[in-house]
Amino acid sequence: MHVTPGASNSALPALYRTMRRIRSFEERVGELFVRGQTAGSMLHLSIGEEAAAAGVTAAMGPRDTFTTHHRGHGIFLARGADPARMMAEIAGKEAGYCRGKGGSMHIADMGLGHLGANAIVGGGIPAVVGAGLSARHHGTGAISVAFFGDGATGQGILYESMNMAALWGLPVLFVCINNQYGMGTRIDQATANTALHERALAFGLEGATVDGVDVEAVADAARTLADAARAGRPGFLAVTCYRFYGHARKDKSPYRSPEEEAEGRARDPLARARARLLETGLATEAELEALDAAADAEMDATIDFAVAAGEPPLASMFRDVFDPAEPEPEPVRARIDRVLARE
Amino acid sequence: MIELTYRDALRQALADAMTEDPDVVVLGEEVGRYGGAYGVTRDLIRDFGPDRVIDTPISEAAIVGAAVGAAMTGLRPVAELMYVDFIGMTMDQLGNQAAKIRYMFGGQTGVPMVLRTQGGTGRSAGAQHSQSLEAYVMHTPGLRLAMPATVADAYHLLRQAIACPDPVVFIEHKALYTMKETVDLAAEPPPWGRAAVRREGGDLVIVSYSRQLYHALEAARRLAERGIEATVIDLRTLNPLDFDTIRERVEAIGRAMVVSEGAMTAGVAAELSARIAEECFDFLEDPVVRVAGEDIPISVSTALEAGSVPGPELIAGTAARMLGGRA
Ligand SMILES: Cc1ncc(C[n+]2csc(CCOP(=O)(O)OP(=O)(O)O)c2C)c(N)n1
Ligand SMILES: [Mg+2]
Repeated sequence: MHVTPGASNSALPALYRTMRRIRSFEERVGELFVRGQTAGSMLHLSIGEEAAAAGVTAAMGPRDTFTTHHRGHGIFLARGADPARMMAEIAGKEAGYCRGKGGSMHIADMGLGHLGANAIVGGGIPAVVGAGLSARHHGTGAISVAFFGDGATGQGILYESMNMAALWGLPVLFVCINNQYGMGTRIDQATANTALHERALAFGLEGATVDGVDVEAVADAARTLADAARAGRPGFLAVTCYRFYGHARKDKSPYRSPEEEAEGRARDPLARARARLLETGLATEAELEALDAAADAEMDATIDFAVAAGEPPLASMFRDVFDPAEPEPEPVRARIDRVLARE
Repeated sequence: MIELTYRDALRQALADAMTEDPDVVVLGEEVGRYGGAYGVTRDLIRDFGPDRVIDTPISEAAIVGAAVGAAMTGLRPVAELMYVDFIGMTMDQLGNQAAKIRYMFGGQTGVPMVLRTQGGTGRSAGAQHSQSLEAYVMHTPGLRLAMPATVADAYHLLRQAIACPDPVVFIEHKALYTMKETVDLAAEPPPWGRAAVRREGGDLVIVSYSRQLYHALEAARRLAERGIEATVIDLRTLNPLDFDTIRERVEAIGRAMVVSEGAMTAGVAAELSARIAEECFDFLEDPVVRVAGEDIPISVSTALEAGSVPGPELIAGTAARMLGGRA
């Protein structure tokens, strides 16, 4: 195989490590679910999509902000999240990022610029337009990145948002993680033109499609588009990949063939990065084994942390509906008490 | 008589309506090949084909809008909204188009469509997948609203909704899909718009609908052990609203509680209790009491989720206190 020397090669070990940590984390989310210790079953694993998370976040700076869709564990982890607090949130525990109120689909951390994961398809996209306005207004030099799935291309709000971003020249990047499916619907069953980035071109955005099996290619494409966005030329990046498992934990994907799945899973960004590392001599088998083992041990500990963590206290449910300086909503029981006290 | 789940009864209603009327079509996300997110439309595409069971992109506004146009031009669309939480995305098509077309256009056309969806808590589905938003619909003139609690009603109300000349929002409860009942689908159903009295008792009236019916019935069972007998009304449809049945019972019994899973403030329970207070005032021995959802979003935490909505304990405890002297 032809070896290209240069910056992206030297970034590969870090990109591989990020991807390996994501996969290890996601496998443990699955395990926690099987043990019945997650809050609910609406858990969407990003296995197969690690290169999108690792490659794009590598192009982001510390002040950049972003939103994700419901399949956002990997992106948040790649951005630097504490996996133990993520796992606790997924278990609905108080020690989680959102005190057990949000869960897998509503994880957020303003400290890391994570403006929120979303359970509404397309729901997080327009916020990056506002974050782009904000960054420009405050002269922070930050960009804002919207991560969403191919399914969100069915939502009108994506087009409204792209139009505004292009019209106003905002520091914004739209990243469509095209894992070929929205639940059981294959992309070509949801749209007549599957060259998704062409839509962005029509609005006057920069646009590209990149193969999500190749994390270096993703990182390079993201770097180019992020630089352009920072200069006021917003863009759209479609990352082509494959959703290795079902839509959510309970979906066995009966709508696709085992052959197709085998083929899709063979396009594994981790396997490819690993092979490249060995080929190029950037890492030895022993080093990679040590790295893999460290990732697994780190993620094993997140399960222990999440299981041991406490449930949020019942009274906390009235907290954070409004600003903490404001009175909390009055509990129904207190209102009933007042009615009955009248007798 | 056959044993069916709530889910099976809904599927049967769709299949029977489609068999009887070739203009009935089903459209929505994952309704065809996938069989519906909650399995309600399973196998319909096999039996009726992709021209009548239409998988759509994730485009709720256009799904509802397309149903409006189809209904105005001779089809009988049954659109599916995977979660009632997504109703906001369709609210213009539902509230400004479907609900107002007959009226704005001076009665020239109706919009005979059904929007099937599901709501409620019980699956740790989080803040954007667990809401009870029926008040949005009930507050919009021009929309009918059905919320079946029983397996038989899942069937009959859906058949009646499809036959209805006006737009019907049909809200199922996600916690009821696997509930089983032995039903006779050939039996004559109660007329559209009529409430059902599910239990008789002389001490108080509990008015409810959808899943909270079961919490009310369980509370009534516990109350009976303490010598308190409750009448439990299942509204079945919120528009039309069968206020006659409520009035008749409340006037005879003199005490009323309204139970709803939706947030208490400006919710369905608020409307019902206001109306009882206004119209049955002279017959009431106590203020009408609302037992409803907290005025907060729903948490993913199982503990907080359960604490956010009424359950049998709160209903029974409140009723016992209303009957204070007598319990
Ligand atoms: C507005 C809205 N419609 C429908 C859904 C139900 N739903 C959740 S995820 C999903 C598929 C999304 O597909 P895609 O955007 O490609 O993301 P992926 O799951 O593949 O990561 C659907 C239909 C939703 N959550 N929000
Ligand atoms: Mg997808």
